[in-house]
Amino acid sequence: MFKKSLLLGISLSVALISGAALAQDPVSIVYIPKNTGNPYFDSLVAGFEDACKELNCEFTMAAPATAEATSQIPFITAQTQRGVDVIAISPNSPDAMNQVLDRARSRGILVLAVNGDLVDNYEHRDAAILPVDFTKTGPGQIELVGSMIGYKGDIAVLSATTDAPDQNTWIAAMVDSLKTNPKYKDMNLVATVYGDDEPQKSTTEAEALLQTYPDLKGIISPTTVGVAAAAQVIQSAGKADEVKLTGLGTPNQMRPFIKDGTVEAVQALEPL
Amino acid sequence: MTTRTETVKHTRDSADARPMWQVVLVRPEVMTFALLVGAFIIASNLSPFFSDAQFILESSTYYVEYSIIALVLTLVIISGEIDLSPAAMMALSACVFAALYQAGLPIGLAMIASLATGVLMGLFNGILVVVFKLPSIIVTIGTLTLYRGLAQVLAGDRSIGKFPQWFNGIDYRLILDVPVPVIVFVIISIVLAAILGTTVVGRQIYQVGTSEIASIHAGIRVRRIKLGLFVAMGVASSIGGLLTASRLASVRYDMATGGELQMVLMVMLGGTYIFGGRGSILGTFLASWLLVIIATGMTVANIAITAQLIVMGALLIISIIATNAIYARTQR
Repeated sequence: MFKKSLLLGISLSVALISGAALAQDPVSIVYIPKNTGNPYFDSLVAGFEDACKELNCEFTMAAPATAEATSQIPFITAQTQRGVDVIAISPNSPDAMNQVLDRARSRGILVLAVNGDLVDNYEHRDAAILPVDFTKTGPGQIELVGSMIGYKGDIAVLSATTDAPDQNTWIAAMVDSLKTNPKYKDMNLVATVYGDDEPQKSTTEAEALLQTYPDLKGIISPTTVGVAAAAQVIQSAGKADEVKLTGLGTPNQMRPFIKDGTVEAVQALEPL
Repeated sequence: MTTRTETVKHTRDSADARPMWQVVLVRPEVMTFALLVGAFIIASNLSPFFSDAQFILESSTYYVEYSIIALVLTLVIISGEIDLSPAAMMALSACVFAALYQAGLPIGLAMIASLATGVLMGLFNGILVVVFKLPSIIVTIGTLTLYRGLAQVLAGDRSIGKFPQWFNGIDYRLILDVPVPVIVFVIISIVLAAILGTTVVGRQIYQVGTSEIASIHAGIRVRRIKLGLFVAMGVASSIGGLLTASRLASVRYDMATGGELQMVLMVMLGGTYIFGGRGSILGTFLASWLLVIIATGMTVANIAITAQLIVMGALLIISIIATNAIYARTQR
């Protein structure tokens, strides 16, 4: 489904660009994911490749090593220098890239936020392509974990980086629905921790959650790296019955954990 | 016995002075310069978009904050110490600045408070090293974590921004087509090179690093020099933090995470001897540009980041081997 919107978004951009430019060269698109080695973005890259095959545009991918807030900045500058037509980016920060994106746009480059938006800095990008209705993701996950723990007890969130705009939007919505919806009045968000979308750090943070909060009933990890790490931790601790896990996971990563019962349900997040 | 002493003496007397061309050419800075030229040629061939002065200068603003601090770190390493806390000091001083500004302090005062924080942090490092005689590598690994932790307490998990427009984007302000932070870097390079090369204090820094005990006996105020250098690190880190805050128009506690290793890399690539007593500002200056050229050249050529890390690591090892070989050769 997301692939379709991706295709649509790209074709619109291509149309925009080729309408504006007289040259008949194929439109060049670069995609800057959050970081390397994040399986979720591999699927996105595949989506870009397919879309570009169909539309006959040139596609490249350039990824920083970490998902740290400023890691994408040199990449944006370099792609601006390369003179690409479209920069598609899954931003690591809602505000750190404002100036460099403006610089790119001032040179006629179309900037697309993909899979996560520049929250509160919308004027620094031309358009955003989002995989899901962002307003529903957070409450949806609260409902999911609530249904597993009988709407009662302590829950925690294992997120990506502290600056990740998409995750922060979802977490804010979770907090909001916990507060406002009387159905969740017995559920208590005790902690939000950050695994930085690195398997190692996510594992450590998940272990720390189990240690610190022995009464923890549920973990929500709205990031594919985090949910896989948390599943691994719960599986090795043998706590699948006590701690319920949900989040956003790619089907491939989550399959073994669902099969052995560590995880009952996740929201599948794969650009299909 | 006498004969033997005479033989030794004889050998020493008869050793030829090193020819002039060797004195000039066989030095680490020459190696750094050669690598710089080589990297530039390779990068130009990798991508047609690379050799554009404006682009390279713009890209250098992402590293120049580290470069400025690396200049001061060069002096610290020449004096036989090390400081691994500058990236954390950048973050804490920038967080102090942003938090105070947000609390309603005029921005000028907030900047002064940030610099004062730098002085205090450097003083704390220096006192632990000089007064309590603790190894600087351990002290600054400790304060690296401490300062970063304080920054997180102060700023939390959010970014602080909304500075006045004139404060933001110092990397886009150009003087004669050169971004302001790069000019700051060049000026500080010249000043520090002059201090190190021509003043008494400069010579004393080399002596302290060559032999601390001999320096004490020679009446050099070793403790004062070292304390001063650690404070200078704090001030330089604070300047770097403010430049970064202006460039990003926001401040976070995790600003410049891991930056200390980049700074040490610049100093090492510039041929400064890790055990002290040798090194130069020119070397660090050239090495800063070497890093900019390599990182920028590979990024604009769309070379995967993993390959970039391998190249950086390999270069560091090569430069350390070369530096050691050159120093062993010229040791008299």
